Amino acid sequence: MQEYDLIIIGGGPAGLAAAVSAKDQGINSILIIERDDQLGGILNQCIHNGFGLHTFKEELTGPEYSKRFIDKVIAQGIEYKLDTMVLDVNDNKQVTAVNSKDGILELRAKAIILAMGCRERPRGALNIPGARCSGIYTAGTAQKYVNMEGLMPGKEVVILGSGDIGLIMARRMTLEGAKVKACVELMPHSSGLKRNIVQCLDDFDIPLKLSHTITNIYGNDRLEGVTIAKVDEHRKPIVGTEEYIPCDTLLLSVGLLPENELSRKANVKLSRVTGGPEVDESMQTSIPGIFTCGNVLHVHDLVDNVTTESYTAGKNAADYINGIHHEGVGVELFATDGVRYTVPKTINAENIGDGIDVRFRVGEVYKNSYISVYFDDVREMHLKKKILTPGEMESVKLTKAVFDKYSKCKKITIKVEKE
Amino acid sequence: MSRRELTCIGCPMGCALIVELEGKEVISVSGNSCKLGENYGKKECTNPTRVVTSSVLVTGGQSEILSVKTEKDIPKNLIYDCVGALKNVVVKAPVHIGDVVLENVLNTGVNIIATKDIEKA
Repeated sequence: MQEYDLIIIGGGPAGLAAAVSAKDQGINSILIIERDDQLGGILNQCIHNGFGLHTFKEELTGPEYSKRFIDKVIAQGIEYKLDTMVLDVNDNKQVTAVNSKDGILELRAKAIILAMGCRERPRGALNIPGARCSGIYTAGTAQKYVNMEGLMPGKEVVILGSGDIGLIMARRMTLEGAKVKACVELMPHSSGLKRNIVQCLDDFDIPLKLSHTITNIYGNDRLEGVTIAKVDEHRKPIVGTEEYIPCDTLLLSVGLLPENELSRKANVKLSRVTGGPEVDESMQTSIPGIFTCGNVLHVHDLVDNVTTESYTAGKNAADYINGIHHEGVGVELFATDGVRYTVPKTINAENIGDGIDVRFRVGEVYKNSYISVYFDDVREMHLKKKILTPGEMESVKLTKAVFDKYSKCKKITIKVEKE
Repeated sequence: MSRRELTCIGCPMGCALIVELEGKEVISVSGNSCKLGENYGKKECTNPTRVVTSSVLVTGGQSEILSVKTEKDIPKNLIYDCVGALKNVVVKAPVHIGDVVLENVLNTGVNIIATKDIEKA
């Protein structure tokens, strides 16, 4: 059995940043395992710009952003295996992987970082009635066809859901000559970033139909059209509002799910809200020595946030390997009153340096509200927010000084308050 | 005086901007959190621009599709023409990030550059 200090599963933005960070802390025996034929993950097909504003203070495309980290990984001599699929991870930190060159690989590590990313929700997860015809793709699949293979999935397009990939593909397919007829969103608000609504839909006069859904799909072999309808406040279609839209392509942009099959095998405790592991301040899961970061932990809007989170995971995995990580469960965080979850779930202040960013999402749109942080019953932070939406991840910075101030604190609560 | 409400696209914060105009002249921009917002607000009401990203064909490389972008933002009304100008462009591998794929697209003074490395097959 081959041994490494650190094995990182996934060579996307999370895995790459975690590897660079662990290496910077002096860990030399690192292996990144990637199932695709190149490093970079989903960024390789995200050829639009807007990545890196925080990390590099410039606007890069996906492949440019990932290249910066791939170059670092190569320059630092970090080992990686491509075209290699991890089959199993267990709580003894043994990893079984396979590729066509080495066959079955039995590996063992002092620490593991799970960085497998997420998957798109497919049609099967939606219960849309109608024909099982061709021409229905997830937005990311269409993105791969267009941007990586140079193939157009269709000519007349309807998009269900307003996630960022759907919005980006609305623009991309329009520019490549398709007619995008509508972007249909069940909720009264978009789940994508505002800037993407502006530059992907508004710029091209593509209608965004909020509080609408698809109620039927028609087509024998190929998709011929869909029926959309307005929904009421319970998200039920309103009879009489149906509208038929002829189209040959339906793109689904209806959410992303962290991909945690391997985490389950390793007995890592998962959050029911995010679908990703519950982690402490060090991005460590319920299994000591197994860390996680990126979209496998919780779905991010911005790769810049993935990078910072992954630096944290890489550094802490290195501390764990070096035996300087502080054990012991810290204070638990509770997400209530509109805040759906927090990452991390517990904080041991000994491991946070000067402070820690707590990331979370809200459950609905709130205008002119406050994000409040309570240490036990004391409201320590009260931050005015003009707008909070489920589509945009929020964060609060909790400093070491605050933890010192409330050193006996048993419980931290983060909530939305009207005043 | 007229008012335009915009969403800034300078960064993912997406600030809600209010631009006050006197005819075609921008009097003020408010609602922005940084300089990017002020610039965007002014530009969007006078000469709106965008960075355009697309792809072109590659021969002799490990991949057949090369992602590209305009080196700087170009006028918004030229987006379609810009993508059209890339339609028949074919480049030869190897090609690297930053390589010029098409010079001075549509006489804007802006080059189209590669955003990906593609090595020889």
